[in-house]
Parts: sequence; C-alpha cells; structure tokens
Amino acid sequence: MDFQTRSMRLNSARRTATNYFVSTLAVLATVVVIAPLVAILFYLIYMGASSLNLAFFTHIPAPVGEAGGGMANSIVGSGIILTLASLMGIPIGIAAGVYLAEFGQGKMLGNAIRFTADVLNGVPSIVMGISIYSLVVMQQKHFSAFAGGIALAIMMVPTITRTTEEMLATVPHAIREAALGLGVPKWRTVVSISLRTASPGIITGCMLAFARVAGETAPLLFTAFGNQFWSFHLNEPIAALPLQIFVYAISPYDEWHRLAWAGALVLIVMIMVSVTLVRIFANRGALKGES
Amino acid sequence: MGVGILVEDLNAWYGSNHTLQDINLHIPANHATALIGPSGCGKSTFVRCLNRMHETNPIARATGIVKMGEIDIYKDASPVEIRRRVGMVFQRPNPFPTMSIYDNVVSGLKLNGFRNRRILDETVERSLKSAALWEEVKDDLKKKSGASLSGGQQQRMCIARALAVDPEVLLMDEPASALDPVSTSKIEDLIFQLKSQYTIVIVTHNMQQAARVAENTGFFLNGKMVEFDSTHKIFTNPRDKRTEDYITGRFG
Repeated sequence: MDFQTRSMRLNSARRTATNYFVSTLAVLATVVVIAPLVAILFYLIYMGASSLNLAFFTHIPAPVGEAGGGMANSIVGSGIILTLASLMGIPIGIAAGVYLAEFGQGKMLGNAIRFTADVLNGVPSIVMGISIYSLVVMQQKHFSAFAGGIALAIMMVPTITRTTEEMLATVPHAIREAALGLGVPKWRTVVSISLRTASPGIITGCMLAFARVAGETAPLLFTAFGNQFWSFHLNEPIAALPLQIFVYAISPYDEWHRLAWAGALVLIVMIMVSVTLVRIFANRGALKGES
Repeated sequence: MGVGILVEDLNAWYGSNHTLQDINLHIPANHATALIGPSGCGKSTFVRCLNRMHETNPIARATGIVKMGEIDIYKDASPVEIRRRVGMVFQRPNPFPTMSIYDNVVSGLKLNGFRNRRILDETVERSLKSAALWEEVKDDLKKKSGASLSGGQQQRMCIARALAVDPEVLLMDEPASALDPVSTSKIEDLIFQLKSQYTIVIVTHNMQQAARVAENTGFFLNGKMVEFDSTHKIFTNPRDKRTEDYITGRFG
C-alpha cells in the first residue's frame, strides 16, 4: 500500500513536469510561427508607411523623373483580376470537391481528379503563367485582365477542391442519413446539409487560396502584363499590385523603392482585411451552441 | 393515420453477406411492433428496408415485396417518396448542427421547398408538443442550435422532426440506447402516446422496453425471423426454443 502510494506520487510529479515541458514547447512553437508574420508586418509599416498618402490611392504612377504618383490603377486592377479569379476558381473548386467527396468515392474519375489536383498544386506559378500565355494570350493575340484571372483561378482550384473534399469528409454520416431519411433528395442533402455543415472549413480553404494568389506575380507577368494607366477592360492589359511592386522594386530609383514598400504594405493589409471581412460575414448567422 | 405493413419474402444483402433471409410479416396499423434479437441479427437492416434506406449503401441490395397500405414501396414509388411517408429515428440523436431547433424540426418540409410561415410555425409547435419537448424549448426555438440540447432532448427533437412531415409509419432503430434512464422513460411514454396515430416499428436491445411499449414482438436471429407474435405470448409462452433461450438470457 505504502509503496503504491509513493510510486503514484512519483508518477504524478513526473507527469506534472512532462505536462509543463510540453505546454512550454507548444507556446514556443506558436511564438516561432507568429514572429515572422509580425516582423514582416512591422518592417513593411516601417519602410512603407511614410510613402502612403492620399495620392498613393488616387493617382496612377508618375512618369520617370517626376515626383509623386500612386498605385490607384494597380489596386483596382488587382481587385478586378482577383474578382475574376474567384468567380471562376471558387465555384469550380467547390464543385470538384463535392464530386470527390459525395459522388466520386472509389471511382476512376474521382481518383484521376484527386491526382490532378495534387499535381496542379505543385506546378510552379511561373509555369502557370507561361501555360496561360500560350493557351489564352497567344490565341487572343494580346495580354488581358481575363487571362490573368484565368491563371490565378487555376492556381486556386486545387487548394479549394482538396479542402472542400476533406471538410465534407468530416461531416458525420448520421447527419446525411437524417436528411435522406426525411425524404430529402441526395442533391439537396449535399447542398443544404453537407455543404452547409462543412462551410466554415470550405470558406477557410477559399480564403487560403485567395490570399495565396493575391500576392502572385509570376502568373501575371505573361497574362495581365501590367499597365501604367487606368484600364477597366477585361480584354486589355491591366495593372496589378504585385506587378507594380515588382517593377518598382527592381528600378534604380529610391523614390520608386519607397513606393514599392508602400505597395507591399497595402497588398498585405488588403488581403488581411478581405479575409477578416469574409470571416465576420460568414459567422454572422451562427447560433448559440452550434458545433 | 398509420397504415399496416405487409412484408413478403424480403431478402437483403450487404455485398455477399445475406443479412436478411425470407422475412414474412404483417405489421398492423396504429400499433407498436418491437423487433428484438442479438446484435447483427438483421433487425436494423430490416427497418432500413422499410424506408429504402438500406439501398443508400452502394454495396447493399434487397429483393421481395414490402406493401405499405396499397403501395408496394419497391415498385410503385421512388425512395424519396417513401421516406417522406415513413419517418425514421436513429440510434444516436442526429440533429443538423447548423440549424436552430425550429429549423431542425421543420427541416423535412423546408428542404423539400415548403415555405409557408404560418404552417411552419404550427407544425413546429404541434410536432414538439407531440414529442413532449415543447415546454422545454419554446423560448429558444430560433436562438439555440439543435446540437446545444441534451442528448435526451436531441432525440425527442429528432422524433419531432420525423413527425413534422406527417408520416404514416415511424421507424425507430434503438431510439433510447444512447440515453440515460430518465430520457429513456420519456421516449417510451412518447411511443405509448404516438402509436394511436402512427404505425410504429421499434428495434430494441432492451426486452423490458419491448414488453412495455409494444403489442407485438418479432424475434430475429442470424438474418431470419424466428417468431412473431403478441408481445405477451413471446415473453410468457414462446413457441420456439431459441426465442425462449434469448428472452431468458441464455444467450445474446
């Protein structure tokens, strides 16, 4: 009895120590993960904030040698390209994910799509740019916002497809049975029950894909091309923030370097704001006790 | 009102596993019928054949005749139509987690495109009252998620959800096996009241439960129905030796 109590106490001391040690490791790991993000953000603010003024958001780039100018056309251009990419990429990505999870289990086509998505995810973004260049730009014989949107859309699809599939797989079978048992047709069960239940995860997947392509430069080099002037035409070359940052960053002028820093800051803040807005919007309808 | 169910030569398979063999049975309307038997004997498969849920599994298959009133459910109707007339309550409560209590109860109507607010409101109140849950949840109908209720409340909500589509038959697959004794007795009281309006088929492992709620009881063993008779007869004077062994606890 005495021996038993003592060994239990020893065990408990060791467990407490292990618990403390592992918890500390977890906290440290979290710090290591967050530190670079915070560092990047603060460095961008430090380097770029001083060049941010009203003109940055309202003016197009100034000619060489002329002071001032802004990235208004690039901000709008990025918005247009990303809207196009999301309009094409999100529905296709989700639809493919739904097929994989709900209809394509164990089928040849399902396996083929899954494999393609994984390979597509690993395609370097510059290769995507060149592919769309030859598939779209060469056919149309000119660069366009549309071509840029396609390139980014294709880059979004694999992430969205795989997240959708994985999130649908976490929806309990019992819930689908409940819907089918009420005489709800399969397609309606998929849309209103499975997708609805998995939607927080699917939205996260879409946001990840969006944030990833929002900063892509390489796929836009040969597709959207960039533009120093205003353009709202989907069929013409269009400015984009990453492209403008790239052009300014490799230029020999200090003034342009500062503008590039400011552009990078604006880009990252825009991504953060849009992701946060979607989150807030998506959580608006949540109920008490929803799991 | 409920309808009677006539089952003739029902056979069912999972892959090459012959889980139901030549079941013949008449389930009377507006009565509760209990199905007992050891795990894996086919009683769950049997109730899943009564609303064609069995075939939602890609490797499953069934043959034979199941008549609900005048309708042969495997010939005269689609699975979706049948499931609207046959409510089902599962072993574990399975509320829709993203829906409020209100939406859970009328989900069968709403998901099938029904939108009339006044009728939905009435259906929610009537169904929750039938399921003896109204008093406990009436103030939180649209505020709380169905998943925030206790297990027993969730199961009664699932019963209300099944009743909301106004079925003729109610299938219950071990509806109280995941619940505590208090919730179980509430569910049993409920079955007692509901059987005047619905034909109820209840699968149970609990023989006292079968004795308490059901007029008739069927004993399943290894995919076959060994005996079907009035509950009283089954529990006091069974014809088959195997039934007697099971109810006296000699196996299973």
